[in-house]
Amino acid sequence: MRRAPTQSYPGINLGEGHASAHKATEVVTFGFWVFLMSDLVYFGLMFAIYITMIDAQAGGPGPHELFDLKSIFAQTLILLTSSLTVGLAMLALKYNLPRARIVLWFGVTLVLGLSFLVLEIRDFLNMAAQGGIPQRSGFLSAFYGLVPLHGLHVASGCLWLIVLGIQLRMFGLTDLLMSRMVRLALFWHFLDLIWVGIITIVYFGGLTYG
Amino acid sequence: MTSVETGILGRLSWDALPITGLIRAPDANEIIANAAAGIVIVGALTVLFLLTWFRLWSPLWRDWLTSADHKKIGIMYIVFAIVMLARGVLEGVVMRAQQAAGPGDGFLKPEHFAELFSTHGTIMIFFVAVPFVFGVANYLVPLMIGARDVAFPVINQISLGLTVSSGMMLMVSLVVGEFSTGGWTAYPPYTGAAFNPGVGPDYWIWAIVVSGVGTTLTGINFAVTIYKLRAPGMKFMRLPMYCWTIICSSILIVFAMPPLGVAALLLAADRYLDFHFFTNDLGGNMMNYANLFWLFGHPEVYLLVLPAYGIYSEVFATFSAKRLYGYNSLVIATMSIAVLSFTVWLHHFFTMGQSALINAVFGIATMLIAIPTGVKVYDWMATLYRGRIRFSVPMLYGLAFLMLFVIGGLSGVILANPTIDYQVHNTLFLVAHFHNVLLPGVLFALLAGYNYWFPKAFGFRLNEFWGRVSVVCWTVGFLLTFMPLYFVGLMGMPRRSYSWEDPSFHPYMIIAVIGALVITCGLFSILIQLWVSIRNREKTRAPIGDPWDGRTLEWSIPSPPPPYNFAIIPEVTDRDNFAAAKERAAAYPKPEAYEDIEMPRNTGIGFILCVLSGVWMFALVWWIWWLALLMTITIILAIIIWSFDTSTEIIIPAEEVRKDHEAWLDLVHSTAAVDRDYEIAPENRGLARPDMEVVT
Repeated sequence: MRRAPTQSYPGINLGEGHASAHKATEVVTFGFWVFLMSDLVYFGLMFAIYITMIDAQAGGPGPHELFDLKSIFAQTLILLTSSLTVGLAMLALKYNLPRARIVLWFGVTLVLGLSFLVLEIRDFLNMAAQGGIPQRSGFLSAFYGLVPLHGLHVASGCLWLIVLGIQLRMFGLTDLLMSRMVRLALFWHFLDLIWVGIITIVYFGGLTYG
Repeated sequence: MTSVETGILGRLSWDALPITGLIRAPDANEIIANAAAGIVIVGALTVLFLLTWFRLWSPLWRDWLTSADHKKIGIMYIVFAIVMLARGVLEGVVMRAQQAAGPGDGFLKPEHFAELFSTHGTIMIFFVAVPFVFGVANYLVPLMIGARDVAFPVINQISLGLTVSSGMMLMVSLVVGEFSTGGWTAYPPYTGAAFNPGVGPDYWIWAIVVSGVGTTLTGINFAVTIYKLRAPGMKFMRLPMYCWTIICSSILIVFAMPPLGVAALLLAADRYLDFHFFTNDLGGNMMNYANLFWLFGHPEVYLLVLPAYGIYSEVFATFSAKRLYGYNSLVIATMSIAVLSFTVWLHHFFTMGQSALINAVFGIATMLIAIPTGVKVYDWMATLYRGRIRFSVPMLYGLAFLMLFVIGGLSGVILANPTIDYQVHNTLFLVAHFHNVLLPGVLFALLAGYNYWFPKAFGFRLNEFWGRVSVVCWTVGFLLTFMPLYFVGLMGMPRRSYSWEDPSFHPYMIIAVIGALVITCGLFSILIQLWVSIRNREKTRAPIGDPWDGRTLEWSIPSPPPPYNFAIIPEVTDRDNFAAAKERAAAYPKPEAYEDIEMPRNTGIGFILCVLSGVWMFALVWWIWWLALLMTITIILAIIIWSFDTSTEIIIPAEEVRKDHEAWLDLVHSTAAVDRDYEIAPENRGLARPDMEVVT
């Protein structure tokens, strides 16, 4: 394992003598953390709204009719595994493993992300078939304001992965791309964290109190 | 609501133009609406014509629109803010005139009056105060912390683009369709589709969402800039006070803009997709909106006023020739205000049904804010105490602030008491209160800062005489306009009323409209000051860069600064580093060696996103779905394509830096230093003879 003594961001291997690259990475990575904090406030507020609207079912279908825990279990497994594969990609990056290894783990992540989205959309369609559409009640509005917002984040993560793959092919493993991978990994773990909140509050909370 | 049949242009038709109304019913109301639309169109055409006539298109594009230089972006923000300020002030004058027209219905229709107070509030907060505050911050923060640019120069440019495009939506709404009548807070269900199916609330929503994204990016940018890009030795407790206030403001943005975005987007979901977040039926809950909006709205006023405190701190210290008194307590007070500002939002709706206990808690939290604010006021007074005070324009604004702002603050403490608030809420008393804090607090600070730092940005000083005229006009105008509103508010006159009957209000309304005209004179005297100053610029040039005997790093470099700000990044050893260097006769050091400097390359992405987001908003407002979809895809593609551009830096060779810097150093050594008696004389070329009473 090689590690430059000057590096201030340890999760990435930029090689020795790249002090300016380390400095740049540190600044953008910190900026990305601040962005995630701001994004977290969005989700926090949507959680709060969901909690205030659990009872606002207006005679429409509620959690017990609509939520399919088997599918949620599958989605959870897929998303948590994808977090693991992102971690493996970052380890490959850190320990200078062959680039094919990085591509492999990011590729697996992309496939898992897309499968998660397929399952989630199937869930929404099933809910809609039982009358669970956002126009039906405040509760369903809050549900559809929160869960698809997370789905939209996963979708942008997938788009990001695809763009990153193309750039990796075009430019090779440059400092800039490595720094982007670090941010993508942060973003992906953030999505996982939100999902844990969603299963706890939206699904379990909804079934308990709804 | 999407079920309405719409054609290729959505719900856009000839009826959307104000001229249609004028032809149908020519009255004062329609004439004013058409005149406003006419001013927008004529103004836009004049600008286009002048740009073409003077062949300025290519310099505009090359030097400004595509520039990622924080100084140019800051200036563009301020120009935009002043244009919007002109509209906001004139709207205020029309509203005062309507209410002064005597008991009865005045000359405006109720909807027109409602549009006026909605646009006035929206513009003054989102498109005057925010861009002005962050325009000044853009210009100053890198200079004050000894950096060459902000952390993310291109994102900075994008923030400007998004702010301008959403501000343009308010201009477009004057010409095509109408703006919201729901006030700047846009409370549902009134702004929901059931009560307000027109385009007005949609203009409000998208302008707020897009400018909110821009502001959030700005907040992130400045937080990172100050945390990560300070010059070596610039510890946190050596930061200029102004930079402290910008950190706090940035933190407030990062945490307070999301609630506004959520509120506006959920309202959009209600209006466009028939959701039930805030509707009256099917479980919607309007109180969620009130909480979300003010969870943003209260920190918002502090994110505006804290940088204003920062400007005053710099101005008082410089023009008293003293070190800022109580720096540590000012830092703590600023941080306390930033934290407390998140704990008081409920005082905006004491009357909306909470228990007495909750109201009491929020009332006490609100009053607590007066403590750190009081600390600040005493610190500023102690800075003035026994200083060698020069009564120049920024100082005059500062003194007006000290006296008037305290009145505004105290009326805030009165309003913080829920039992009193039940009596005066929704009256003109409240309007008087927040204008009393926002004008002397925020606007006077921005004008003080504009006078103070103008010679830094352009290399010549602003005209003193017209500056003083503007101080007098703004101060007297403010007093005449808003002090009477306290009285009519206590007498029970509701805010936002286009019509009133009680004849005892009339004298106050007359005084207020006279005040509004004096404020208009203040606005024009600022423009005259700029014109006169540009004409006489040869007599007020201060190229050395330190016309006021300044204390912080931005005064240690040439005016205007070179694109890279600092030829050599300074080593910081003191709090008021430049003042200390002057005291030690160590200012203007000759560097031993120069280095190549990397600067961000010009890029068009900010302008492109400005145009695309503008079209996107217009398409959404008018239900032109194909165009909205097209713009969504184009915006995503533009960002992706931008991410492929990896050559984002240009190199300024060391030789060029050396040549420019040494030419300036020669100028420094061949210029006579002036002391403070000649501050506004032509002799002041920007080299100050140190006149410090206390440095350490």
